[in-house]
Amino acid sequence: MNKDNIIISIDHVSKWFGDKRVLDDISLNIKKGEFVTILGPSGCGKTTTLRIIAGFETPDEGSIYIDGELMNKVQPHKRPVNTVFQRYALFPHLNVFDNIAFGLKLQGVAKDEIEKRVMRVLKMVGMTDYEWRDVDSLSGGQQQRVAIARAIVNRPAVLLLDEPLSALDHKMRKDMQIELKQMHKQLGITFVYVTHDQEEALTLSDTVVVMNHGVIQQIGSPTDIYNEPVNCFVADFIGESNIFNAIMVEDRKVSFMDHEFECVDEGFGENVPVDVVVRPEDIYIMPKTDKGQFDGVVSSCIFKGVHYEIIVNTPDGYELMIQDYNPFEVGMEVSMIIKPTDIQVMKKERICNTFEGEMIDDTHVEILDCEFECLKQEGISAGDKVLVEVDFDKVELTDDKRDGTCEGDIRFILYKADHYQLSVRALNREYIYVDTQDVWEDRDIVGINIRPEDMRIKLKEAKSQA
Amino acid sequence: MGKLSNFVGKRSNWSIPYAVFLIIFVALPLVLIMGYAFVDEGGGFTLNNISRFFSDSDALSTFAVSIEIALETTAICLLLGYPVAWLLANSKYNSSSVTIIIFILPMWINALMRTLATADLFNMLGITLGKGTLLFGMVYDYLPFMIYPIYNVLRRMDPSYAEAAQDLGAKPSTVFANVTLPLSLPGITSGIMMVFMPTVSTFAISEFLTNNKIKLFGTIIQENINSSMWNYGAALSFIMLIIIGLTSLLTGGNEEEHSAQGGLI
Repeated sequence: MNKDNIIISIDHVSKWFGDKRVLDDISLNIKKGEFVTILGPSGCGKTTTLRIIAGFETPDEGSIYIDGELMNKVQPHKRPVNTVFQRYALFPHLNVFDNIAFGLKLQGVAKDEIEKRVMRVLKMVGMTDYEWRDVDSLSGGQQQRVAIARAIVNRPAVLLLDEPLSALDHKMRKDMQIELKQMHKQLGITFVYVTHDQEEALTLSDTVVVMNHGVIQQIGSPTDIYNEPVNCFVADFIGESNIFNAIMVEDRKVSFMDHEFECVDEGFGENVPVDVVVRPEDIYIMPKTDKGQFDGVVSSCIFKGVHYEIIVNTPDGYELMIQDYNPFEVGMEVSMIIKPTDIQVMKKERICNTFEGEMIDDTHVEILDCEFECLKQEGISAGDKVLVEVDFDKVELTDDKRDGTCEGDIRFILYKADHYQLSVRALNREYIYVDTQDVWEDRDIVGINIRPEDMRIKLKEAKSQA
Repeated sequence: MGKLSNFVGKRSNWSIPYAVFLIIFVALPLVLIMGYAFVDEGGGFTLNNISRFFSDSDALSTFAVSIEIALETTAICLLLGYPVAWLLANSKYNSSSVTIIIFILPMWINALMRTLATADLFNMLGITLGKGTLLFGMVYDYLPFMIYPIYNVLRRMDPSYAEAAQDLGAKPSTVFANVTLPLSLPGITSGIMMVFMPTVSTFAISEFLTNNKIKLFGTIIQENINSSMWNYGAALSFIMLIIIGLTSLLTGGNEEEHSAQGGLI
């Protein structure tokens, strides 16, 4: 790695808010002049990461370097970065000119120089002639431009942008995206951009950092992230996707939807459970023929502007989303082909739920801070620390949280062609993964039950013999 | 019955009791003050009552003392109150919204009783009553009125303003001087108004805390009215009303300020 080229280096940073871990061992290097987007759903830790770079938060663990210098204890006003805030934070008691000149005046820049530079950035953001306006009299888009001008007039080494376009309407957002991209090229400085909008991230960035639950899921170019997602979360969060539970039969051969497909992936081993993602535009659909790899029936076909979005059901009970330029009639029998290079095989993050717990007595175990009934276990007695394994499809959810042994809320829903995989967060913030045919809604509060016979309990570590 | 429920059901009718109250206890006394101030004892129109004040050196000096005491009280309240409000509004130093109540708590006790108790305390400690004790009592009585509006403005201030200033290179003291302080001006003017207006017109506090050694403008009005000099008393009251009116005009009556005063006790 060329150290000279790195402007920001985040090294194993963790951060807690109270007992909640918002950043979990984040490491990230940002190159000079790069446009980096930190992308993730709300609460994933992306804004906290940005605030750590700006200096408004300090890491509890790990280090942050800007231009090779350790910044952990450096106050925000001494850092060579400037921020465009989500709600702009323009000073309401100052006019446009004084807002933009704020930083320059503090640096003691000469008066005529200040004027020159303010006028230049105003021109750059297309706000010439607005310098004496009250900031409250500006529209959202105009305030946005002033906020950007106020940051870049100081010529920072890095410009931080915290969801800067989220308050603008769709059309305005598109225009500003193009302008931001041009500005980045023109200024040549590093942009670190935080957003939850995957399309924005793909459009703007040189590098996308996908985050979830305070963990970096993947770092890569927009095409890498889209074409080669490393896990189901990234595949589902970026663009549309068909995700399958699959078995890697051997190198270059993967089985899903009860069919074997050729693929280009190697090195997973033989008969290993994996996840497979296929983008909707990568499934070729045609009227029923012998040349297809598998068949199905069209159940819906919706025009989406450029393409049609077609839902196809296979005889084995799988549902696929396909995009094609041609419409297919509902009820029509069709055949499909997936090319080997369009099958993205991903390592499974887990093959069953594993909880750490403690035996309460012979037939009760405490996991997720709740007391579950279990079968009597040989060689395990009350007070023992244990690991409990539960298969995804053996967890039962109830509508009424009072019917469950434990309570949780649904944080993430992944559709896997013939079932849903839910990420349910229990009250103690641990995650339980559930495979189900039932339709649940994001953020639903549910009860969680596990039957005693579905728990596999083993000692966490062998008791030392006295 | 139907007519009555119609009458009660119409919401604008609910304001009638308040309107009656306002007319009897606010508008009418004001009209009476005006009336008395501009007539002589015989009932004829005159400006003598007003001009008498400007030639009455006793009244004029008392007036000056009143203004001085009120200004000093307001200044001390501001100097003491702002830092307290700032600390209370800053989540780093005060994470509980209950702490502010401790500062408001003295207001739950009648001001007269507090003042009498303070006077007794000074007597017990052998401190001579005078200007010092008067200022102490005034500040003690009115400090919450300064803290609360400033606290309110500071607490509602979007922290990203301060962060933006810091981000642009301002060190903490500059952030305060260039952003926090100017943005809290509505709270400050509101606090000044709420301390200055009652202190300039008070008389009870000076009576108890200086044994009438220091006379305030309010004292003179009270003395005149008590000795049945209605017309001169009314003229003095009228002058005070103008002073108070001017203060509110000077401190500006914008919207933010009113919301900042809101919910004081």
